[in-house]
Parts: sequence; C-alpha cells; structure tokens
Amino acid sequence: MAALGHINYWIVVVLMMIGFYCVIARGNMAKKMMGLNIFQTSVFILFISAGKIIGGSTPILREGVDVYSNPLPHVLILTAIVVGVATTAVGLALAMRIKEAYGTIEDDLIHDDEPAAADEDNR
Amino acid sequence: MTLIEWMPFSVLVPLIAAPVCALLPGRMLPWLLALLAAAASTLIAALVLPAAMAGPLSYAFGNWPPPIGIEYRVDGANAFVALLVSGLAVLATLWGRKSVDDELGERQGVFYSLFLLALAGLMGITLTGDAFNVFVFLEISSLSTYALIAHGPDRRALLASFRYLIMGTVGATFFLIGVGFLYIMTGTLNMVDLAERLPQVADTRTVQVALAFIIVGMGLKLAMLPLHLWLPNAYTYAPNFISVFIAGTATKVALYVMIRMIYTVFGADYSYGVLPLAAVFLALALAGMFIGAWTAIFQANLKRMLAWSSISQVGYMLLGLALGTAAGLTASFLHLFNHALIKAALFMAVGTVAWRVGSVRIEAFHGLGRQMPWTMTAFALAGLSIIGIPTTAGFISKWYLIMAAMDAGQPWLVALIVISSLMAVIYVWRVVEAAWFKSRPAEAEPVREAPLALLVPLWLVVGLNFWFGLDTRLPVAGATAAAQALIGSTGALP
Repeated sequence: MAALGHINYWIVVVLMMIGFYCVIARGNMAKKMMGLNIFQTSVFILFISAGKIIGGSTPILREGVDVYSNPLPHVLILTAIVVGVATTAVGLALAMRIKEAYGTIEDDLIHDDEPAAADEDNR
Repeated sequence: MTLIEWMPFSVLVPLIAAPVCALLPGRMLPWLLALLAAAASTLIAALVLPAAMAGPLSYAFGNWPPPIGIEYRVDGANAFVALLVSGLAVLATLWGRKSVDDELGERQGVFYSLFLLALAGLMGITLTGDAFNVFVFLEISSLSTYALIAHGPDRRALLASFRYLIMGTVGATFFLIGVGFLYIMTGTLNMVDLAERLPQVADTRTVQVALAFIIVGMGLKLAMLPLHLWLPNAYTYAPNFISVFIAGTATKVALYVMIRMIYTVFGADYSYGVLPLAAVFLALALAGMFIGAWTAIFQANLKRMLAWSSISQVGYMLLGLALGTAAGLTASFLHLFNHALIKAALFMAVGTVAWRVGSVRIEAFHGLGRQMPWTMTAFALAGLSIIGIPTTAGFISKWYLIMAAMDAGQPWLVALIVISSLMAVIYVWRVVEAAWFKSRPAEAEPVREAPLALLVPLWLVVGLNFWFGLDTRLPVAGATAAAQALIGSTGALP
C-alpha cells in the first residue's frame, strides 16, 4: 500500500485539480474565487504536510520530547494564508464592483453585454 | 551607517510611506510623498549599484545569518533592475500628477498608497535573496496592482483587473508550488543555499517539476506568449499613470525572477539540460515577437496597441534568454532596461493625448501633429526607439541581440529580428500618419498643446531614450555586470 502512504499528496493533487478546474471552467466570478481558494489551500496542505515528521511532536519545547515536526512550513503558510485571504478579499471586492457596473458576475452574460470586441472600445 | 545597512531602505521607504500616504488628504500631499519615497528609493538604488557590480552585497534581516534568516542579496543583476524600477517610478510619478487628477478626482491618498505598495513589492522581489520572500513580495505588488488597475475610468477596468487577479494568482501559486518542492528536497529557501544543495538532488523528478512550475508561474507573470491574455486589457483600462508604471516594471521584474531562478538557483546547465528551455523559449519568443507585433498593427485603441507591442518586446527579451549564452543574457538585460524607457515614453505620450483630447483611439489622433506638436513629436521619437533606429536606446538593445544571435551561430534569427522590427514601423507609422497626414475632423474642437507638467517628464524620458542610445555606458555596463553576476563569467561582447 505504498500509494496510500502518500495519501496527503493525493489529497493535494485532487484538491488542486478541483480548484484549477473551477477557476477555468466556471463563469461565475464568486465560483472562480472559490476555485482559486481551493487551489491555494491545496498548496498550503502540500507545505504543511512537508513539515510533518513521523513520530514528531508539535514544535513546542517541553520535557521528554526529542523529535519535533518542522515548524518552518507552518510559519511560511501562515504568511501564504494571509496572502490568500487578501487575494480573496480583493477578488470579491472586484466582483462586487463588477456586479454594480454590469449587473451580473457571470462571465458569459458580461460578454453578451459588451458592444462587439476590442476594436470598438473607446476610452 | 554603511552602504549595506542603507540597502534595504530602498524597499522599506516606499513600504513605510504607503500607510502614511493613505492618511494624507487632498491631491498634492499624497503625490509629493509618493514622489519623495520613490526618489529616495532611487537614490539608494543608485548608490548601491556601483558597489553591487563589484561583488554581491548581503544584508541579514534581524541579524539572523543568511541560511536561517532572510537575506537581501544584491549583485550586478538585481541592483541594475532595482535602479530601473525605482527610477521609472520617479519618472512615472512626475508625469502622473495631472493625469491622476483627471482620472481620479479628489482623495488620491489611497491611490498613491497602493502605488507605493506596488513599488515596494517590486523592489522587494528584486532585492531579496530568499525564494519564499519573492512570493510574498510578488503578492504585495500584484495585489496592489490589481487594485490600481481597477481604478481605471472605464468599467471594463474592473473586468481586466479581475482577470489579471485570477491569472496572476494562479501564476504566483505555481511559483509557490515550485518553491515548496525545492524546500521539501533541500530544506532551505535561501537562493544561494539552494544553489549549493540542489546538485545533490538534481536527478529527482521533484526538482525537475519544481523548475517547470517556476517557469510556468513566472511565464504567466511576465506575459510569455500563450500566458499573456491578461496583459492587453490590464494595460488598456488601467489609469494612464499606472499603464506607464506597470508597462515599464512589472513584467521586467517577473523576467528577472525567472532569470535568477534559472541561472542562480538551478544553474544554467541544469535548467537548459533537464527541460528543453532553449527550444521552448526560442519558439515562444518568436511567436510573441510576431503575434504581438502583428496584433498591434490592427488595434484601434492605442493603449491596446502598445500593450500588444509589449508582448512583442517581451519576445525579444526571451530570445536573448533562449540563446543561453552570456551575450544573449546581456542583450536580454539591456532590452529589459531600454524597453522600460521606450514603453514608458510611449504610454506617457498617449496618456498626454488622453488627458487633452479624452480618447486614445486612433481617430482622436487625426491632425494632432499640428495642434499638439510637442506631444506627437515625442511619440514619434519614442516610436523610432521602439523600432530600433540608430542613436536610440532601442537600437542598442537590438544591436546587442543581433550580435548575440550571430555569436550563438544562429544568423537566421537576425532576419527575424529585423522583420519584426519592421512590423513595429507599421504600427508606429499608423499613428504618425494619423497625426500629421490626416486633417482634423471639422466638427472637432481645437486642441491646445499639453501643459508643461506633462510635457517635461515626457520629454525627459524621450531624452533618456536618446541619451542611452548615444552614451551606452550605464545600461551596457549594468547589463554586462548583470549577466556576469548570473553566469559568473565574462561576456564575449565587444
């Protein structure tokens, strides 16, 4: 059962594909943002599972424990999570402004709404 | 304080000025603070450059020695890019005041604060010697750029910004995956340390995949051809000031990161050996050069035309990289520098017309040559530079690119470079023709020349284009030092 030994990486790959598919295939901007979130989260899990040491304890210094998990990936991912939250906030704020400006956040509806293509645009 | 202790301040000054800027009222004060912060950043970058060209400078944050703590490591390559980014920020800010007044109205504090964050992010990416730090600064600059683009006057700016956000985040996350794999394999994030430890694990699939992820992620950020779709809209609908700034800097910094990763972290031999990078870059560069220039010819919106031209010019930089030689790398860096000046001048000229006439469509330029002679002459001169007429900066970089192609034993590339430059003649000529050879529509209101506040910075950048076309010491020495710092050998250039 060598394949199951890497179950965390399988989860990462599956989540990554689900998220990426959402980003590409969904026309709804809120769903796109959710897809992006799932995609980013899968990378967070990749980092965190890289920090796990089998038999290692939580990285807090205490009596009788010699093996600790690596805390650095957690710290890095804490930063990346903040970045992810900020991205989501900016993305959703933009989606709201798009809703105000166009009346919809569906990509294809906006496309129908736009007069012709790039050639037609004015400033 | 020594020079090394000053070095991080070229990132920290804009970063600290940003929240202050957000609190400032009105129009004048935020602009002034942004200008001062960018100027301070430039000054520090300019002071650091000569020292960094001599050998790498290292600053350990919080006094944690490099492999453990975060290190700012500056050698010829990033000092050169840092000077370019901060210097262009100063020029763009000088030009941008009236343009921003026109497009945003009151309460500009937040806008300039975002601009300073973007600048701090780009400077941080450039100077840091830590792979994860690159990601963090990449997101700082990207997030603020998304918000800046969304400030554009047209509602389509929102859509452009949203699409850029999706593609940019995917790109940055790909980069993060690559860095994660590297960390898993080596246990370090410091670039120099990575370079030392990677050879032991170089044969693993993980490291190869990490390289691929980093190339694709940065390819998205620098608008390498099939990944360029965010760029035309983002440049077109952004406020003119932001178009000037990001067209000159954002893709250049992403290119720098890619070069740094390929050369310093993985090593050129490994990168070009394990992935067919030379062939891929060559194909994508040529496709970008021709598709970008070809599409630019048919654009009615001149900002969009310049955006497509940027995609074409990114092709030239990739071409230098595709050659895989020291000469090619020097040509890449040289074009990175020169194109920033050229594109800033062109966007400034178009933005000046937009400020006066209110449109950037080609029809709006009809007959402008006589009514706004200074602006249109500046555009035409910057156009000469993008074509690569001798005595301009554009000529120098194309000359070095051609020399590098000859040097690498691929003389057929010379023909392609010349042909794609001739395509640039067409799209520049369209504007010249509209401005001087078409008459002003009868019903159009008479236009006066733009005020000096816009013209002086514009002509300053145009002047720099010619200055660096005649006196090539700074860009050539900088680009050569950059290539040397990355390859660790002397270039074979005249």
